[in-house]
Amino acid sequence: MDLVQKQKSLQDYTKSLFLEGILDSQFLQLQQLQDESNPDFVSQVVTLFFQDSDRILNDLSLSLDQQVVDFKKVDPHVHQLKGSSSSIGAQRVKNACVVFRSFCEQQNVEACHRCLQQVKQEYYLVKNRLETLFKLEQQIVASGGMIPAVELGF
Amino acid sequence: MALRDLSSSLSSSSSPELHVLAVDDSFVDRKVIERLLKISACKVTTVESGTRALQYLGLDGDNGSSGLKDLKVNLIVTDYSMPGLTGYELLKKIKESSALREIPVVIMSSENIQPRIEQCMIEGAEEFLLKPVKLADVKRLKELIMRGGEAEEGKTKKLSPKRILQNDIDSSPSSSSTSSSSSSHDVSSLDDDTPSSKRIKLESRG
Repeated sequence: MDLVQKQKSLQDYTKSLFLEGILDSQFLQLQQLQDESNPDFVSQVVTLFFQDSDRILNDLSLSLDQQVVDFKKVDPHVHQLKGSSSSIGAQRVKNACVVFRSFCEQQNVEACHRCLQQVKQEYYLVKNRLETLFKLEQQIVASGGMIPAVELGF
Repeated sequence: MALRDLSSSLSSSSSPELHVLAVDDSFVDRKVIERLLKISACKVTTVESGTRALQYLGLDGDNGSSGLKDLKVNLIVTDYSMPGLTGYELLKKIKESSALREIPVVIMSSENIQPRIEQCMIEGAEEFLLKPVKLADVKRLKELIMRGGEAEEGKTKKLSPKRILQNDIDSSPSSSSTSSSSSSHDVSSLDDDTPSSKRIKLESRG
């Protein structure tokens, strides 16, 4: 595949993430913050998000597995995850967190377990897609090319 | 143009750049706000908690940290919901300090809770930004702060809406402590469906 094709693939792939609602305009904001002086900004922030989220999801699993679930512990974790996913534009993760919080409010343990599964699902999805995106970018950069900007008319 | 004005108004700063102290317990958000501010030509110091912020500002009574105080802070941007000292409590401490009360404080929150916003503005917050913060928010903020560094009259004009609020509500800061019971986990706040600019700016209301 030549460089131009790779760039087109990347653009199409990125667009699909937006069309599927996996990413929202906040991700575009992050891309705007990336330039020659900070060429890895987006991947750095996203990596932080992955590290943060892995930890939070782990803590959530532990908290929800307790005999008596302490929602005062569960809710702040979900709030945090909602915040960081929102900050990077991981829309579906954020939305799943919003639902999760409403069940925390109701102290509905069973529903919270389901929500956790949903959040995890969305998280692994966006993680997988973003890792693929970064790989595509790396291939382009390695071929000496530039990452094309995605114009989505937001 | 703005930089000239700024360098004349910030007489204690040798550099025309704003030095911003950003306070947020989230790694991700700290990284993003730092970049947003740097790309807007600000010097940035990030800390992870209100307590650390107070230490940095020299308010914790520990004179050992005096070295850090040499870098004058022109603006404080803080998250609202943080463990330990909340952004609101940090705001109060800053405004209660004669040394620091002139520093503009901006609150950020992912939750669009009107009473919370009003509470912060009454306590003297310069602005209230809804997260996720965008480049346009930071640019606007910077303009606001740079303009605020000019003549006192300009500043008074800018602050008068808040003064009206204070008179209306006739409350002392202590009465706002009741709002700490309002759960920051208010799920009725659907910040997600705010389509346009998520700015909450009381001055722009008629």
